[in-house]
Formats: sequence, structure tokens, C-alpha cells
Amino acid sequence: MIKRHLWQRFVAHLDPVLLTLLGLLLLVSLVVIYSASGGNWFRVWAQVTNILVACTALWIVANMPLHYLMRAAVPAYLLGMVLLIAVAFFGEITNGARRWLNIGVTTIQPSELMRIAVPLMMAWYFEKHEAMLTLKNYFVATLLLLLPVALIARQPDLGTAILIAASGFYVLFLAGISWRVILTFVVIITASMPLAWSTLHDYQRHRIMMLFDPAQDALGRGYHTIQAIIAVGSGGIFGKGYLNGTQAHLDFLPERTTDFIFAVYSEEFGLLGNFVLLSLYLFVIARGFVITANASTYFTRLMAGSITLTFFTYAFVNMGMVSGILPVVGVPLPLISYGGTSMVTLLLGFGMLMSIHTHKKLVQT
Amino acid sequence: MKRHIEFKDTQLEIHNFRLRLALSLGFVLLLLLLLLARFVYLQAVQQSHYQTLAENNRISIVPIAPSRGLILDRNGVVLAHNYSAYTLEITLSKVVDLKTTIDELAKLIDIQPGDRKRFKRLLADNRKFESLPIRNRLTDDEVARFSTQRYRFPGVEIKARLFREYPYHEQISHLVGYIGRINESEIAQLEENEIAANYRGSDYIGKTGIEQKYEGELHGKTGFQQMEVDAGGREVRVLSRTPPVSGNNLVLTIDAKLQGIAEQAFGNYRGALVAIDPSNGEVLAFVSKPGYDPNLFIDGIDEQSWNELNNSPDVPLNNRALRGQYSPGSTIKPFMALAGLYYNKRTPGHTISDPGYFSLPGSRHRYRDWKKDGHGSVDLFKSIVVSCDTYYYGLATELGIDNIYSFFSEFGFGKQTGIDMEGEVTGLMPSQEWKQKRYKQKWYVGDTVSVGIGQGYNLVTPLQLAYATAVLANDGVAYRPHLLKEVQSSRTSEKRTLGTNLASNLNLNSEHLALVKSAMVAVTQPGGTAAKAGAGAPYSFAGKTGTAQVIGIKQGEKYIESKIQERHRDHAWFMTFAPSEQPKIALAVLVENGGHGSSTAAPIARKVLDYFLLGKVPPPLLPVDEAEGVEHD
Repeated sequence: MIKRHLWQRFVAHLDPVLLTLLGLLLLVSLVVIYSASGGNWFRVWAQVTNILVACTALWIVANMPLHYLMRAAVPAYLLGMVLLIAVAFFGEITNGARRWLNIGVTTIQPSELMRIAVPLMMAWYFEKHEAMLTLKNYFVATLLLLLPVALIARQPDLGTAILIAASGFYVLFLAGISWRVILTFVVIITASMPLAWSTLHDYQRHRIMMLFDPAQDALGRGYHTIQAIIAVGSGGIFGKGYLNGTQAHLDFLPERTTDFIFAVYSEEFGLLGNFVLLSLYLFVIARGFVITANASTYFTRLMAGSITLTFFTYAFVNMGMVSGILPVVGVPLPLISYGGTSMVTLLLGFGMLMSIHTHKKLVQT
Repeated sequence: MKRHIEFKDTQLEIHNFRLRLALSLGFVLLLLLLLLARFVYLQAVQQSHYQTLAENNRISIVPIAPSRGLILDRNGVVLAHNYSAYTLEITLSKVVDLKTTIDELAKLIDIQPGDRKRFKRLLADNRKFESLPIRNRLTDDEVARFSTQRYRFPGVEIKARLFREYPYHEQISHLVGYIGRINESEIAQLEENEIAANYRGSDYIGKTGIEQKYEGELHGKTGFQQMEVDAGGREVRVLSRTPPVSGNNLVLTIDAKLQGIAEQAFGNYRGALVAIDPSNGEVLAFVSKPGYDPNLFIDGIDEQSWNELNNSPDVPLNNRALRGQYSPGSTIKPFMALAGLYYNKRTPGHTISDPGYFSLPGSRHRYRDWKKDGHGSVDLFKSIVVSCDTYYYGLATELGIDNIYSFFSEFGFGKQTGIDMEGEVTGLMPSQEWKQKRYKQKWYVGDTVSVGIGQGYNLVTPLQLAYATAVLANDGVAYRPHLLKEVQSSRTSEKRTLGTNLASNLNLNSEHLALVKSAMVAVTQPGGTAAKAGAGAPYSFAGKTGTAQVIGIKQGEKYIESKIQERHRDHAWFMTFAPSEQPKIALAVLVENGGHGSSTAAPIARKVLDYFLLGKVPPPLLPVDEAEGVEHD
């Protein structure tokens, strides 16, 4: 009895539907990483460790009452900004980008923190001014978004900047920013494209150029995209079979366990596999929408909506880039790619979703 | 009131929010459908295209070069063969700093400045991703030393390769020729002939001689190995293998021993000798002296050796037998005699009186006979035996250049014999038409006079004269001279014997032939111009000496051999066939600056005949006594 009671308390704030879907995706992750790493069990175990750590984070956040989350918004955002500014001045340069900050014991990537902190801060801000939202509030919220995005884009880390911008935009959109403003933004952004182009780094331009014609630099920058597309296409309808992907196993694919893991999956499991994966993602997103729609407060609605849509954005951008309809930006395939930080950030997000879903009921009773 | 408004606002707000959420869901579904459409396009519609690309990615076809066919003489003596050895090879595109790499290699492996120079030439001629040898024939020690250090040398490899070797070195160089690394223009040629694929694994191609002419037989068929490779180009495993088919072995008509004896008989003289079996056109010996070592050329000759060969006054690279053009001198007299009989300008009994010179009617210019006081009364037989010039001056003018031209053309003068070797020249058989074209001048009778003794415009190659001799020996039945006797398949024991190729039948009068031949036999007997060379021969052989002037001698001057620089001395000719009754061999010898045919050329021919007919091997060569030679032609 006691045991059962404890168990009930343990799972009280977890959402079984979401948990099952996440579990399936994480299982896919381990299976594909085993193949992509060339049968390297260490890689698989390392990912298991990542998952365990991230699940712990998920459980903690899921059990956190919502006002804890709200209270964390401002400090997290401010800390993130301070760290981003520190990175800009003292960051370590790797691969031509200044993304990491050495804080003595370890190096951290503040932009990862901002993936959660920015929408959190914006949702908090809108909640605070919920009573009377004016254009000014939207303007301030936009500023809260653009400051960190600009800093991250400068590092340069285009992928993260775009994803954070997207997550912030979702908050703005769901918070009810008027269509007229959105339209104006679209016009302004379109008009400022040439200006933005001129501020981009060469390698970013290259990546964008390659979107239109990866073949023009087939042995240089286009190589990754072309090889990834070949991997996906050669997989066919049924795939080449698990562990039988030639593109993956003969080193033609770059970053097989991380950004390009989808190519490995796609080559080995084919169109059917892709359909299954898309469906899993769709179910996760659908569950996220259900939670969002039923969220009890303004803050949680915005937060849940942003988390769900951002998750979708991750998946779409990664699969789009691997299959050649989007430029190559460094975005991992959510829940599948190898990596600790993104796993923690993602599951933290799902922890929040679960918290939003389960604490609402408690509030109501 | 306030609560009410707030409540209402919240409702509206939730309504708005859910509307936007629904829009978002629509947005999500739309993009997921877009992705799905992309996947369907790539994986269902375009699947086969990408499958091909993936296969091409992973499968690399590695050619396996066939081993080149051997070249053998008629008795099975190997003239060109292959051996396996290790080479040290560098792929330029994989090397960071070439000079440092070679300097470091030189500490492990003996690399001479010559090797470096040769390698530089190779680099210039080849593409930079090709693996090129810097050192051949590594010793086992060197292989071991390099193997332990190989991690230090990216782009440097030891490879086991088949090498061509010509064991006879200088002796057969002009005949067998050599192979060398394939150059750009040869690649273009191969591509044009659509056989470039068969050369994917080959580094070498025949450049001259038999190696060039029968490249198609010798090369063989390239095999292929389908390898699975990774992105770095490393071979992972073999998927399938089509073995190469070795090239065919060639059996030549040449008798290497005979060739060797002929070469040796030349001593230090330059010149050429071609011996033909008159009954079928098989070339028994094909000598051009001096030769060169064809082994030097296989992997690119080093600069020093090249300069030595190329700048040598002896021109060793010139294939004299095939491409050397000389005045035929008196060797044309037997043919002139036949022409005289053929055109009824002479009968066997017709005699002339030779005062030692000939003058054209109404001219005071004297065409001198080699014998100052003349030969007295001379008939056709004697004219050949003593090589009377005056007889032929007159005959030539009576025949006229047109008749001479057409009759000599039948014997192959002035055109290619059609031997199976590239680069044959035509020599020159002058005609009225030719002179008009060449000099824009009309033909003078005086021109005909000089042609009559082979000192005019006419030029022949040793091969041509040997061929003409063979045709004469075979009573006018001409076989195309050829060097290839048989092709042996490398796989099966199948042999292809090449049929003798009847070129033409001149339908000569047998009495005329008998007369001329008997006169030529008398040449080698006491009283003849080559009596000394013929002394003591246990077989009967026909011959004719000849002298080709190198410098002109003015009217009234006398040619004094001892006063003339060696290189300005006359070239000596000798043509012969033996045994005279049933000729088995016909040959022509040219000795550059040899003076008289009788003293230098005829003895060489005699040695060849002695070996060929009697199996007699001459004693090691003694220094040539240059003062020798009282006879004249």
C-alpha cells in the first residue's frame, strides 16, 4: 500500500500519453545512434546517460508548482543575458564561433539556457501585463526577444538564434499580437533582407546559397547536403534495413549521430520509417496542443504553446535541412540526435508541459 | 462591474487564443505535409536515381592491369619479358611538401639526383593524382626500412609492379622498341579509338618498334575489381572481380642469334643490316647500329642519358634499317641490267667498249668510271662482275628515266615495303614528275646518267634494298617483309601463324634472271668485286657491292680515301643472297663511312651467311684494319 502510494506520488505530475510518446522517440534515438556510431555501445550508453539526466530534470520541473516557474523567469533571463554578454567578450572561440564560456570548472553555452529563458521571460511579462495589453507591451516583449537573439546571432550561431526567435515569436503570436503588426513585421523583414544579407558571415551565406543549389559546391560546402539527400533518397520506401545504410556506414554522411542522424534513420528505414517518425512527432505536438488549450492561466497557455511549437520547429528545421529543403543550420533532431544539452533543454520543456497540465487540476480542486 | 469586464475579456481572450492555436496547428500540419511530400519525392519518385548515386559512391571500380605479352624470337629466345619488383611511388596530390618528403625518403632509400630528375619529368607529363615512381627495383632492405617508417610519409607507397625488361639491351633496340609511360597525346589517341577504358590500369604503352606496332596484341585485357570504398576512398572489401587477360606472346621472324652475330660483325661501324627469307618475306635479322638500351626509356629516361643519346654524332636513336636513306650506288646495277634486258635495250651478248668514261652525244662532260682506264670490252655479265660504270651510264640514257622509274618501282624502290613497323620511309625513286614538283625543273638526260649507277637523286633504305634483293633472289615473286611470325594466346595454347603475304609477282624472264644471278655469283668469286669476301665459302652466293658517295667529287679530282675525314668517307653497301641456287636468305648491309662495299660491308654479310647456312660462329671480333681494301667497285 505504501509502495503504491509512493509510486502514485512519484508519477502524479507526469503525463502518461506524453511520456509514452517521448519514450518511443527516445527508444528510436538509441536504436539509430547504435547504427550511426557504427555499433559503438559507448555512444549508446552516453546517450542513455543523457536521457537519464534529462528525465530527472523533467521529473523535477514537472513536480514544480507553476508559480516557481514564474518566479524563475526574470532571474533566468537576466542570468542568461549576463552570460551572453560575457560570451561576447570572453567567450572561447571554437570553429570560428564564440559560443562557449569557461566558468572555471566547465564550459557552458549560455544560448542553451536562453532557449527556455526567453519564452519564459516573455510569457511572464505578458502575464504581468495581462490586464491591459497595449502595443507598448508587445514592443517591450519583442525587445526582450531580439536582444538575446541578436547576441546569439553575432556569435555566430544562426541555428539557435532562429530557434529562439521562433519560440519568442510563438509567444507573441499566441499572446494576441495584432495581425496588422505581424503583417508590418513581415513587410519590414522582407524589405530588410538585403541588409541582413550583408551582415551575414560568409559561411552563413554559403549555407543559404547552397539551399538553392547544393551541387554548385559538391565537394565543398554542398557535400554534406548532397550526401544526406542521397542517403534519404536511396533509402527508398522500405529502407535499406537496419545497420545496412551504405551512406552512413561508409562515412559519406557527416555528423551522423548528431545533426544528420535523420539521414541515417531515413536511409535504413525508408519512407515508411519517416512516416512513423513524422507521426510520432505529430502526436507529441498534438498532445502539446491539448495541454496548451486546457492550460488554466495566461502564462501557462503562452508557455505551453511556445514549447510545443518550438519542439515542432526543431523537428521541421532538422528534417528540412537533411532532406534539402532548408539550409544547413546546426539544429539537432529533437529527442533523437545524440547530445546532452539539447536533451535536457527539450525534456525540461516537456517537464513544464506536464507541470502545466497536472498542476492546473490541483489548482482547480 | 470590473469583475464582469474582466470575465468577458478572459472569455474573448481564450477564444482568440484557441483560434490562434488552431491556426498554429494548421501551420504545423501544413509543414509536416510538406516534409512528407519531400520524402515521397526523394524516396519513392526519385529512389532509383539516388540509389544509383549511393552505389556509385560506395563502389569503386579498380582496374587490374594485365601482364604484357612476351616477345620471342623465332626460336623462342625471349627478347622482352616482365618481372615483378617493388617501386617507391609518390602521389603528388596527397603530399604536403614534395621536396621535404623526397629529402626524408632519401635518408631511408637510395635516391640519386638522376632519380629526382626523372621523377620531375614524370610529374610534368602526368596528372597530379597519379601515383608515380621515384625509385624502381627496391631491395628487400629498402622495402623493410620504408615499411617501418611509412606512417611518416602520407602519399608515398610501395607497390609491387610488373616491369618490362629487354635482356638484349642495345642488340635489338630498333627492332623490339620499348614501352614507356602513357602521355597525354597517347591518352587522347586511345580515347579517340575508344579503347581508353582498357588502359585504365595501365601505365605503359608501346612507343616504338614491335612494342608499338603490336600494342593491341601485347597489351591484353584489363581486369576489374569492384571495391566497396568509404568516403575517404579506402577500400573496404572486394565485391566482385573480373581477372585481366594477359597480352599475347609474339613470336618474331627474327633469329636473335643471327641478329647478334650481325651486330657483332659491325664492330664499331655504324650502319644497318636487314636479312629476309626470300621465300616468304620473313625478316631474319634487322640491325641498326649503333643501338641504345631500350630499358632506359621505360620509366622515363633521365636527362643525362637522354642528352647523350640525342646529341651523339652517331645518332643511335635513328633506326637506320627502316629510316636511313642512302644512295644505292652500284647495288642497283643488277636491277638496271634486268631492266635493260626487259626493255630490249641490251642482249646478253651485246658488248660495249669502255674507255674509262662516258659522254653524252654532243657534250664534253665526262662521266667517269671508277676504273680510270676502263674495263675494255664489257658485256652485261662482266658489267656486273666488275661493276662497270660506263656500261650503265649508257644503258640508263637508252632506257630513259620513265622506264627506269616504272621498272624499279616494281622492286619496291621509292615506296614503303609495308613491313610491320611504324615510321618506314619511302626512299626516293626519281621521275620527271618528281623533279618538276620538287625543284620546278625539267628532267635532264644528265640526271638519268647518274641515276644509272645509283648516285643520282635515288635514295634507298637498307630495308628496301634487302627487299629488292629478296625479290630478285625469289625470281620476282615478292613477299611483303614482316617481323611477326606467330601470335601465341596467353590463355589457351592457341597459336595464330601469320600467313605470308604475297605482294606481287613481277613475271620476270627466267633467262634474264639466270644471267644476272650468275653474274652476281661471279662477283663473289675470283675476279669479282667481292672476291675477297667470297673466298673459301663452301656454298655459292650471289652479291653486289656498292658505294654511296657522301661528298661530291669535282671533275678531275680523285677520291683518295686516306685524305678524307672519316665522316666524309663513302658509305659501303653489300647486297647478297645465298645459296644462289635455292636462296634461303637475302640481305643488304650498309656500313656508314665504310668506304667500299667490298672491304667492310661484304665481310659482315659473309659472317651472317656463314652462321645462317653453316652455323658457323665467328671468332671474337678483331680490330678492323682500316688500311685494308685494295679492291674497288
